[in-house]
Amino acid sequence: MRALDRTEKVSALLLAVLLGGGVLLPQWALFLVTVSLAKGLVVLGLLLLMRTGLVTFGQGFYYCLGAYAAGTLGQLLHVSDVAVMLLAAVAVSAAAASVVGLLLASYRGIFFSMLSLAVSMILYGLLVKSSALGSTDGFNIAIATIAGVPLAAGARRPVVFVLAATLAAASCMGLHRFLGSHQGRLAPAVRDNELRVEYMGASVRSVVFVNNLIAAVLTGAAGALTAMVVGHIDPELAYWTTSGEFVFVAILGGTASVLAPFLASLLFELLRSFAYEYSPNAWQMVVGATMLLVIMFLPDGLWAIFRPRLKRA
Amino acid sequence: MPCLLEAKGLTRLFGAVVAASNIDVEIERDTVVGLIGGNGAGKTTFINLVTGYLKPTSGSIRFEGLDITSLAPRQVTRLGICRSFQIPQVFGSLTAYGNLLVGTGIAGRAARGSARPGGAKSASAEEAAEEMLARFRLTAHRNALAGVLPEGVRKLLDIAMALVVKPKILLLDEPTSGVSAEEKFAIMDLVMQAVRSAGVTVLFVEHDMEIIKKYSQRIIAFSEGRVIADGLPQAVLGNADVRRLVVGEPAAGAT
Repeated sequence: MRALDRTEKVSALLLAVLLGGGVLLPQWALFLVTVSLAKGLVVLGLLLLMRTGLVTFGQGFYYCLGAYAAGTLGQLLHVSDVAVMLLAAVAVSAAAASVVGLLLASYRGIFFSMLSLAVSMILYGLLVKSSALGSTDGFNIAIATIAGVPLAAGARRPVVFVLAATLAAASCMGLHRFLGSHQGRLAPAVRDNELRVEYMGASVRSVVFVNNLIAAVLTGAAGALTAMVVGHIDPELAYWTTSGEFVFVAILGGTASVLAPFLASLLFELLRSFAYEYSPNAWQMVVGATMLLVIMFLPDGLWAIFRPRLKRA
Repeated sequence: MPCLLEAKGLTRLFGAVVAASNIDVEIERDTVVGLIGGNGAGKTTFINLVTGYLKPTSGSIRFEGLDITSLAPRQVTRLGICRSFQIPQVFGSLTAYGNLLVGTGIAGRAARGSARPGGAKSASAEEAAEEMLARFRLTAHRNALAGVLPEGVRKLLDIAMALVVKPKILLLDEPTSGVSAEEKFAIMDLVMQAVRSAGVTVLFVEHDMEIIKKYSQRIIAFSEGRVIADGLPQAVLGNADVRRLVVGEPAAGAT
């Protein structure tokens, strides 16, 4: 075991701050932070794909799949355990990515983006037609236990919050280590020059497949967390605007650090909540204008703000 | 013991164009072979065929007695055939060190996969990358992004990236193209020293006859996809066909 580096220390510190500060947060803020953390996990997966040179407009597929995997357990089998639901979401999204990834790994650029979008819209179409799963209305999700231990009614949201924060911090550290490993270093290599990667003896297809799988697992877990904290799921989770929002947040944060997705995700949720609160008819304009400003002045994302300071330190 | 690399009846057509026509070539271990020929003679096509980037229309390629005709570049590379490129193919957003680390990482994993299950050698990927930087005198450029390095340095890095995955034979596609005349010999000295000290067999494509004379032990001359001469340097460079078709004298208008 090697010592923790700066990013890992910051991840651990932020987790401590989150867990310590969580008790002070009002209900609405706890909800907002939990959703931000869950969506941050999705964007963390996008960061890995973007570092591999891939942009997907179809992460809603795994997000929705994770949520429905968790929800269907309760709906059909009357399982309402947090740990079981989360594991089911991870297993289902990993299995789906293992199949879809075989196809996707042959495509790049706009074709990869559009094919992933198409897959997510197929799932949307299927769910809309599934009356057993509530069609367009979806259904409610209840959680009652965690790994068999019953939860008090008031403890359910805080438990999902703690789970989301812990998973977010662990994923940050894990992905940070992965990106620094020999396997992880192949991501930018594939983005820069696929021909050379093959001529150095590594398989570009397998790099794309594995990175897509990792992103899918993160996204599936995020779907389950969102389902548990919101308490309701519907096919909108797979709709292309959901996927587009993740790409929006990924660009907002930038790909420089594994912490950027969570910062961007939190800011996005805050921005949307307040924009909606103050101008319910024009909140999309506020969000759009923000995007424009970020692209014009911070093309590397919000994380670029931290860059100069870190270099001096 | 079979010879290292053996091409038999290698033919490749692009529509009506014959890029390689019934090529028979054998490369012995521990030799430095120069490959010459005018533009369009089929030199790069030959490298692309050997490394699996192109599939031959007919014919076969054997490496250490093993048929590699239908293998992909990745598989050919793993067996020990590596190449450099006429136009350097580097990872532009990684540093020079990072570029080599990609290679040592892949090579280290392959070695662990085939030989020892333990991770005892895993720490040395970093050392191997540093060592390769030093061997090609690239240490000063260690932390520069490969995308912004000067062409001559990228050229060296490109060759270092081929050598770092520990090949048995290295195919160099015009190692001195795009390099100024004064620097050519210095670069070739550096490359040959690095490559030969690693015990690697070399096949290199070159247009500069001075370079060819100085560094090859054997020369193969191509013209219009065919081998027109193959043997010791003096013999090949003295061959009338080679002088006419490749070296470009005394015929006028040849490149």
